[in-house]
Amino acid sequence: MSAAQDNDLPLLTVRDVSRYYGARLGCRDVSFDLWPGEVLGIVGESGSGKSTLLNCLSGKLEPSGGEVVYQTRHEGALDVYRASEARRRLLLRTDWGFVHQNPRDGLRMAVSAGANVGERLMAVGDRHYGNIRAAATDWLGRVEIAADRLDDRPTAFSGGMQQRLQIARVLVTKPRLVFMDEPTGGLDVSVQARLLDLLRGLVRDLGLAAIVVTHDLAVVRLLAHRLLVMKDGEVVEHGLTDRVLDDPQHPYTQLLVSSVLPA
Amino acid sequence: MTQLDEGSGPAEVGVAGYNFAYLDEQTKRMIRRTILKAVAIPGYQVAFGSREMPLAYGWGTGGMQITAAIVGADDTLKVIDQGADDTTNAVSIRRFFNRTAGVAMTERTVDASVIQTRHRIPETPLRDDQILVYQVPMPEPLRYLEPRETETQKMHALSEYGVMHVKLYEDIARHGRITTSYDYPVLVNGRYVMAPSPIPKFDNPKMDRMPALQLFGAGREKRIYAVPPYTPVKSLDFEDHPFSIDRQPHSCGLCGSNESFLDEIVTDDAGGRLYVCSDTDYCRERREAGDVMNRSAAE
Repeated sequence: MSAAQDNDLPLLTVRDVSRYYGARLGCRDVSFDLWPGEVLGIVGESGSGKSTLLNCLSGKLEPSGGEVVYQTRHEGALDVYRASEARRRLLLRTDWGFVHQNPRDGLRMAVSAGANVGERLMAVGDRHYGNIRAAATDWLGRVEIAADRLDDRPTAFSGGMQQRLQIARVLVTKPRLVFMDEPTGGLDVSVQARLLDLLRGLVRDLGLAAIVVTHDLAVVRLLAHRLLVMKDGEVVEHGLTDRVLDDPQHPYTQLLVSSVLPA
Repeated sequence: MTQLDEGSGPAEVGVAGYNFAYLDEQTKRMIRRTILKAVAIPGYQVAFGSREMPLAYGWGTGGMQITAAIVGADDTLKVIDQGADDTTNAVSIRRFFNRTAGVAMTERTVDASVIQTRHRIPETPLRDDQILVYQVPMPEPLRYLEPRETETQKMHALSEYGVMHVKLYEDIARHGRITTSYDYPVLVNGRYVMAPSPIPKFDNPKMDRMPALQLFGAGREKRIYAVPPYTPVKSLDFEDHPFSIDRQPHSCGLCGSNESFLDEIVTDDAGGRLYVCSDTDYCRERREAGDVMNRSAAE
């Protein structure tokens, strides 16, 4: 594929996405473009609609209004919610990836690490055991899990290893767009730092685009190029990460930035 | 409704107060409609209104309801359990239909028009004028990896079957080969993945393009599915770990067969073992045909 041509169009175009739960607001009128290789951070307090928005963007939760258009590799633009469910689910397990906050939501705890990584390969039709196993071994290495843990179950892994295993499982099909919901939540700071380092390296090496939801401003400063700040279901500020964090314009962003405890 | 007469013994045709073959005609029509749909969509699990039967779930209520719906007065019924005609489940079900339908019974595979089975396919190849009815405890092959029924239905609808190979992968990773030895998942007519009921995988190749109609009934799970005659049935596998069957490295101690599926019988407390055909009819036919080989000669 030609990178130049790909970079001419946004990977994901989001227009006026709203989601209501009955009369209650989840998120309202969110619009942005995500370009290939770009990492977008979404920050905000609990209940501000971050997860609702992420689920709407990633094809898991149909928005009440608006559209999400994805630029596919070979078939042009695809309106995610007008496409057939079969097409959308295929997209979810090939071109897209979703990293859950709790690795237990994204992993099969009852099968080995190798089977976890290999599942997406088998889901797209790989039927050669040797190849699947080789790919799984390769990916465990890339996320710094020792090769001799290939046949262990995730239940035998630490929290940080489980999270890295989940990332390997998502990246094995070489997705172009990864959604992450609080990828470092629940991990202690040293493990967080290593995971962030790893993610930053993978995103750069693979040219991944990513949308990262978090309430941790340090995470977005390290990972994200651009930032959306959400409050009460709406985007209140939008800009380059450094600009938003160093020169916040909206009162809520100012509050958010000044609330971070100095280490 | 007519009154029930629980005290009556065996009758020539049916038990007083009960309809032919126990189920009422409306229920039979409902089950026949379900069967027609199942035959039209090979391997697809069709929901049906499973009835209470006078025995517990897990003892073949699904298979019995199918048999009751398709059996006619001129049919000849054979019932096997683990290949044998004389085990509890087989004897009970045979007696049930003898009392409620009065149809002819046989132990000979070649003479039967309807064969209800639990856990085996007869060794004798079946013909296109026969129907094989399986008793199914767990009709959903995806259940091992996906507990949600709504999700498994969607996976079937969209042919998302990659997850089936996760189980096989796990077998090879742990044991070096696919160790799933019964209820081995199959792909029917290139479309639906199906649980073949807990038959040994030794029997899987017999399902492929079988001339007889195969019907599967799961009473507790309220599902009926079917493999029409001459339909391709492929056992799932990996390119570098192809499907293979297991057979004990022995010959039958009674008939000497080297091809049949064998049961292992412990004969004493000193390690003595006897391997015999699990299909009792096949074994007896061979012995009656003079292909006798007594145990001492075999050893």
